[in-house]
Amino acid sequence: MTAYLKLDHIDKVFTRGNSSTEVLKDINLTVDKGEYISIIGHSGCGKSTLLNIVAGLTTATQGGVLLENREVNEPGPDRAVVFQNHSLLPWLTVYDNVKLGVDKVFARTKSRAERDEWVLYNLNLVQMTHAKDKRPSEISGGMKQRVGIARALAMEPKVLLLDEPFGALDALTRAHLQDSVMALHQKLGNTIMMITHDVDEAVLLSDRIVMMTNGPSARIGEVLDVPLARPRKRLELASNATYLKCRQRVLEFLYERHRFVEAA
Amino acid sequence: MNMPVLQTSIAASAPIESTGASVVSLPTVKPSYLTTRIVPKLKNAAANVLPPIIMLALILGVWQLLCMKPGATLPAPTKIWAEAKDLILDPFFVAGPQDIGLGWRVLVSLQRVAIGYGLAGIIGIMLGTIIGQSVWAMRGLDPIFQVLRTISPLAWLPISLAAFRDSQPSAIFVIFITSVWPIIINTAVGIRNIPQDYRNVAAVVRLNHLEFFWKIMIPSAAPYIFTGLRIGIGLSWLAIVAAEMLTGGVGIGFFIWDAWNSSRLSDIVVALVYIGMIGFILDRIVAFVANIVTRGTAAS
Repeated sequence: MTAYLKLDHIDKVFTRGNSSTEVLKDINLTVDKGEYISIIGHSGCGKSTLLNIVAGLTTATQGGVLLENREVNEPGPDRAVVFQNHSLLPWLTVYDNVKLGVDKVFARTKSRAERDEWVLYNLNLVQMTHAKDKRPSEISGGMKQRVGIARALAMEPKVLLLDEPFGALDALTRAHLQDSVMALHQKLGNTIMMITHDVDEAVLLSDRIVMMTNGPSARIGEVLDVPLARPRKRLELASNATYLKCRQRVLEFLYERHRFVEAA
Repeated sequence: MNMPVLQTSIAASAPIESTGASVVSLPTVKPSYLTTRIVPKLKNAAANVLPPIIMLALILGVWQLLCMKPGATLPAPTKIWAEAKDLILDPFFVAGPQDIGLGWRVLVSLQRVAIGYGLAGIIGIMLGTIIGQSVWAMRGLDPIFQVLRTISPLAWLPISLAAFRDSQPSAIFVIFITSVWPIIINTAVGIRNIPQDYRNVAAVVRLNHLEFFWKIMIPSAAPYIFTGLRIGIGLSWLAIVAAEMLTGGVGIGFFIWDAWNSSRLSDIVVALVYIGMIGFILDRIVAFVANIVTRGTAAS
């Protein structure tokens, strides 16, 4: 059985001095090519840690990540990340932010003119060509996140990792951006792994939803298939029985079986 | 209060209703360029320029009163003007090998500062980067630097004279050693404060060390680095005067020492004013450059 992306028995223990906390325990997951997968769980359950392990920004204590049957344990453009707080470099223009990655990834394979064209193509994908010469401080939060997505897409990643990409946005901008990401996924067929804590977002966007139990020692509690045809329309789904059933399942998991125990 | 509202509503609806109504041109008071632009600017300039001028006049007046008595130890402003008029009015005269205008002397001093401060800038930023980046370099070097930076510039002079056996490199070394510490320390703090997000971006894109240095570290730490550079330029200008007083030569510091030895107190006062003005200008220049360079980062 060869999976495109495989998370193999991942444990993660944070050690500080004498005390150690087990954050993740025995995470096993396989993701197919072109699949959109969401990881949902309460805050503090280690879902961001899991994404960082896949991205290579953190190393797993036990187990590992296989991408096309090859172990990956350091960060790289084949697993580009869209960060929650966009993480654009404020001293570079929108164009230069995207170009930073493109210049590095396609240094040998594309000529200067091709790279320039490729940057503009990706900015166009997220409809940000109009602001290419602006600095991040001059554009809105939603626009910044669009540029963040363009930067990640432009590296042609094998897996696109989204770390709560819409978390810091207002509801209307968020809906708009979710539609954009759905359209991009439809068009480009990327494999996407998204961290979220928004049930509607998870059901609307994903092919499968991975539900995590509460930490410490968080595990994968349940994996839910979302058998909804694409392209999906937000308004039509609002009354769709399958949609509501999936939503219900996730809500039950999060609020009945694994209720978030407030520490303070 | 009602009038402006009425006017705007007419103006707004006029283009929409094109039913043949004739356009009534309202009598507008044409604001002249003089009243809208020049007068406020003048007022603004006066508010900034007048207070220091008044204060200066007051200080000079008090000084004049205090030093006017026959037995006064220090020269009064009028006496300075009478004795050192040539120095004040013409900074760039040449009347002999040792009798040259203060402008020339300042230029010689500035040249020394440029070399010493330039070296301090380069080495300070490099060392600061290493200390900011490496925990072990910081643990090893930081305590040593914290001790060394408290040593007065003058205390370094005998050591450097012994080492270089020449006054020119000694003066430059003293400038370097005085101004390098704030640059190192501020750069290190700036590097340590680079957000983890930027480091993550660099890791995902796989920037190598050199690219990371130029594309992430320097721009991100630029505000801190320039704080260090600005403190450094002030310190190096402080140090040059002290160093030149002892090493001799042509600079402004030696001029003061020379004037003191020949009891030309008025010349010394003029030189002090020069030093103050130049120090102020140097500080402004570094601040100006910092403003341009860090525009992107400061706006975030």
